[in-house]
Amino acid sequence: MSDKKPNDDITGVETTGHSWDGITELNNPLPRWWVLTFYACIAWAVVYWIAMPAWPTLSGHTKGLLGMSDRKQVDQEVAELVSSRAPQFAQLHATPIEMVSKNKELFQFAQESGRVAFAQNCSTCHGAGGQGAKGYPSLVDDVWLWDGSIQGIRSTLQTGIRSEHPEARFSQMPSYGRDKLLEPQQIADVTQYVLTLSRQPADAKAAARGAQVFASNCVACHGAEGKGDQTQGAPNLTDQEWIYGGTAQEITTQINLGRGGVMPTMSQRLDPATLDALAVYVHSLGGGT
Amino acid sequence: MLFKNHGIIERNSMILLVGILLVVSIGGIVQIAPLFRVEQTIEKVEGVRPYTPLELAGRGIYIREGCYSCHSQMIRPLRDEIERYGHYSLAAESMYDHPFQWGSKRTGPDLARVGARYSDAWHVQHLINPRSVVPESIMPPYAFLEGREIGIKDVVDKHIVAQVRVGVPYTQADIDNAKTDLMAQADPNADSEGLQARYGGKVNVRDFDGDPSKVTEMDALVAYLQVLGTMVDFKTYEPTKAENLR
Repeated sequence: MSDKKPNDDITGVETTGHSWDGITELNNPLPRWWVLTFYACIAWAVVYWIAMPAWPTLSGHTKGLLGMSDRKQVDQEVAELVSSRAPQFAQLHATPIEMVSKNKELFQFAQESGRVAFAQNCSTCHGAGGQGAKGYPSLVDDVWLWDGSIQGIRSTLQTGIRSEHPEARFSQMPSYGRDKLLEPQQIADVTQYVLTLSRQPADAKAAARGAQVFASNCVACHGAEGKGDQTQGAPNLTDQEWIYGGTAQEITTQINLGRGGVMPTMSQRLDPATLDALAVYVHSLGGGT
Repeated sequence: MLFKNHGIIERNSMILLVGILLVVSIGGIVQIAPLFRVEQTIEKVEGVRPYTPLELAGRGIYIREGCYSCHSQMIRPLRDEIERYGHYSLAAESMYDHPFQWGSKRTGPDLARVGARYSDAWHVQHLINPRSVVPESIMPPYAFLEGREIGIKDVVDKHIVAQVRVGVPYTQADIDNAKTDLMAQADPNADSEGLQARYGGKVNVRDFDGDPSKVTEMDALVAYLQVLGTMVDFKTYEPTKAENLR
């Protein structure tokens, strides 16, 4: 191969000297800026190898002169975030929870932090706006299964309902149908009676028979008038708010199965001040007493 | 100069072949050699254990249904991800995942720490009809899982054996008792002492799908989802300790 390559007749550019069936290849050089950038990248790679964790070794990897670590960096960033919020959270936690709304600035902080925590931890079940879904109580009305005061909400967040927390709120409606505690006819009758409690149209004769069944099976929790009992989490049957639906069929299903949902304890997952913020936020949606 | 004389390499196929082998083997060594030392590369983390047979079955369903196409299982060490999903994932947390389920796309949320976050009933309802609990969801419904009994024979005879072959340390006792353990985990009234002796006291033993009469694919999938990200206790684990930094 000779050092001197022939020039292409038409363009005057040097050729590579390769020729295939009379077709020759021009040897246009790469643009200078491109070549320089390429060399700069190589040089930068060498700097990077030395400065940052890079090469695998037999027992780990090179650590780099800067001592950079993703974990340390993110720990620091999270710590900065936490410390930037810390004074307000500390103030929130130190303030008696029912007094938070008196301090406008603190209330606003609690509302905002509560809203974010709600979106992340609660909205999956209770809905983005706290509207609930079938089987998951609505938080935007003033009907509360358990204590709906701000301390009550705080306590529910702390322990959960039917959760693994030792002090969890607990209640269990019996599965009257599945466990054969009542005859199907009795369940049909008491369904009609429950319909009358919420002033829905019902079969009067069946309801009269159902009243007897209700009196001997249901009053212990739901009360003689069916108004429920917040201390045992027994829902009020006389209002128009239903967790599992208020039609005859849905009421029968509930008497058959005695379903009860699980509210997880939030104290394992969130810190106390965030729970305070959540309680303030949820109470503002539709807290009761 | 090599630049001037590359013609020699290009014209002699044997020299070219030797050159190719040389370059490829350097690349290969850099990529592959560290994997032979993977025992050292993955930190030891207390609490991480192989999946129970029921969880393994659920993991199989997770893969079969292609959940990984929309859900990742990898929380990166970035502030916003930690704020949303919880502690960043550790290599050790997927050391018994073959293949791993890190995923690469989040059409749905990351699931690396979904375990114990929602109730079993929520998971069942959400899998049957995602829109009934999350109105804005575009996830397809998986209601059929509820009616399908689990392929116990496949899990016991094939899945666990396959996991052993790729290095998951199931013991002979684990394999022999796989069927009993699988049934026991889905039945709160069964004797689960053996299960807990083999997989630890933290194992969730529940009737996951709310239908005690049979062990369905719904049971398995919910059991799997409920264990994700819950094995390591981050109250005692110190991620920036020297021996945990890799």
